[in-house]
Amino acid sequence: MTAPGVEGAIGAGKAVGERRLHPVTPFRRAWAPVAVLTGWAVHDPNQAQEQLTKLTTTMVLGGLAVLVTAGALYGFLTWWFTYFSVTDSELRIRTGLLFRRTAHIRLERIQAVDITQPLLARVAGVAKLRIDVVGTDKKDELAFLGQGEARRLRAELLARAAGFAPETAHEVGEAPAHELMRVPPNKLAISILLTGATWGSLAAALVAPPFLWLTTHSVWTVLATAVPLLGAAATTSVGRFVGEYDWTVGESPDGLRIDHGLLDRTHETVPPGRVQTVRIVEPLLWRPLRWVRVELDVAGSANSVLVPVAPRAVAESVVARVLPGVTVPRELLRPPGRARWCVPLWWRGYGLAVTDAVFAARHGLLRRRLALVPHAKVQSVRLTQGPWGRLWRLADVHVDTGANKTVTARLRGAEEAASLLREQAERSRTGRRTARPDRWMA
Amino acid sequence: METGSAAGAETTGTEPEWTGLPPGLLRMRRLLLVVWLGLLALAVGLLLGLFAGPVWAAFALLPLAVLAWGWVLLGRNWRSWRYAERADDLLITRGVLWREETVVPYGRMQLVEVTSGPVERHFGLASVQLHTAAAATDATIPGLDPAEAERLRDRLTELGEARSAGL
Repeated sequence: MTAPGVEGAIGAGKAVGERRLHPVTPFRRAWAPVAVLTGWAVHDPNQAQEQLTKLTTTMVLGGLAVLVTAGALYGFLTWWFTYFSVTDSELRIRTGLLFRRTAHIRLERIQAVDITQPLLARVAGVAKLRIDVVGTDKKDELAFLGQGEARRLRAELLARAAGFAPETAHEVGEAPAHELMRVPPNKLAISILLTGATWGSLAAALVAPPFLWLTTHSVWTVLATAVPLLGAAATTSVGRFVGEYDWTVGESPDGLRIDHGLLDRTHETVPPGRVQTVRIVEPLLWRPLRWVRVELDVAGSANSVLVPVAPRAVAESVVARVLPGVTVPRELLRPPGRARWCVPLWWRGYGLAVTDAVFAARHGLLRRRLALVPHAKVQSVRLTQGPWGRLWRLADVHVDTGANKTVTARLRGAEEAASLLREQAERSRTGRRTARPDRWMA
Repeated sequence: METGSAAGAETTGTEPEWTGLPPGLLRMRRLLLVVWLGLLALAVGLLLGLFAGPVWAAFALLPLAVLAWGWVLLGRNWRSWRYAERADDLLITRGVLWREETVVPYGRMQLVEVTSGPVERHFGLASVQLHTAAAATDATIPGLDPAEAERLRDRLTELGEARSAGL
């Protein structure tokens, strides 16, 4: 993907159709020196104050001017030397002032496309566009583009990836989307209140600092523990609420669309056939309400939530749209009773179901997690058995997927596991026959 | 996008033809074991015998006991390694106490690697490693004859191309 030095054409002149990012981009780096100074001042307040008294006003102003100019110049130069272009089969990003870097991202390998807008970017009317391919990192995102341009570019990339002819690709426009579900704010708030982690972090933040005060009487120790604890409590409750606010799942010919966020808006698109695993999580306190959380794994993508909270029936209908032809199995086969000698109590949480389309394995007793893997997404199948497991004639079957997630059916009977291994290998091989092509419109 | 073949469906039902590892690997591992533990036993025996008295030199028997035990273990482990090339997938089983059996469909292979370290090269051995898109896939066949390793690599690559499928 990266070919430093290979591009002989870099100095030779601009290739056809190369574009620069939005002119607001340099400003996102201008604040960096100020942030470094602030960080240093916060980190070591006494010394910072001491140093400040030594400085005269002119020196401070002069220093700031130099720093801001340097930051602005750096931002401007990186912006000036960053180009991107869309060819028939690739998105090319060329960047770097001293160390040149060229990324060619193949469009048929697209796993997901994300447009994110942090709060300040929303004010400025710009957005980041990120293409998830296996192996891309943060450097490969296009930050920033104009809002409208980002949407047009996403539509064009998806059209080309879908297999439309290059001449027509930029005229196809955005595929129409229809909403599958939306999470109301009150439901989201209740679901967060019913999560153990929220209360756990809050309790830790409220109990630990007074306790430390009583034992050490040191303000710094108390502050050093209270601030991170409060921060953690805030991110698990308020942060989650803000991030998952107005969660909307939609469907379009280009695939799944997930939009969310109160301050920072994120719009994700996952083309058809890219989902490697889907997990249905049932926290203990949600169970009386029959609510679930649905997570998904896409290769090369960091996004993992599909539905933050929804009634089970709604969640299952969404899963059916994400993995076409899949119904969430209701009846799961428990391990044989002798499994209690391997994993006491928790053995009851394990379960397995294999349907025509998916391999489904459940684990967890209090917080139940059911993982679904379409047969076509299975990369390899493994059977493992330790000495204690052999004594009780039990074995584990692992199914590896391309998103680097392994789904395990634990503690199956030895004969059952052996036949499961053979059959799953067969199913994962043939499961590909009905799968849609990578270029989903071709 | 089509994977597999019609002929494959018939052969998968029957017990596959297993291939064990050549004895070269066992020879190499045992030789390394004998050399290292032999040296250790010698060092322990000499040092303790010279500085603490001849009775203490009996501690040199400890590495020798480990040697004998390791000799047996290596043999058992070597015997447990088997692989089978079926029509559509590769099977690898290994392990005595902790048994593991891996099935990798040819269509999922992203990369086949043949590696050979300096010691392995001296003994005329090479290992074949298969990579799929899942990092958890752990499919390595150690201690093959280099010619066999290359044959396996070429055959796997060829089969992988014919049955290739994406993520």
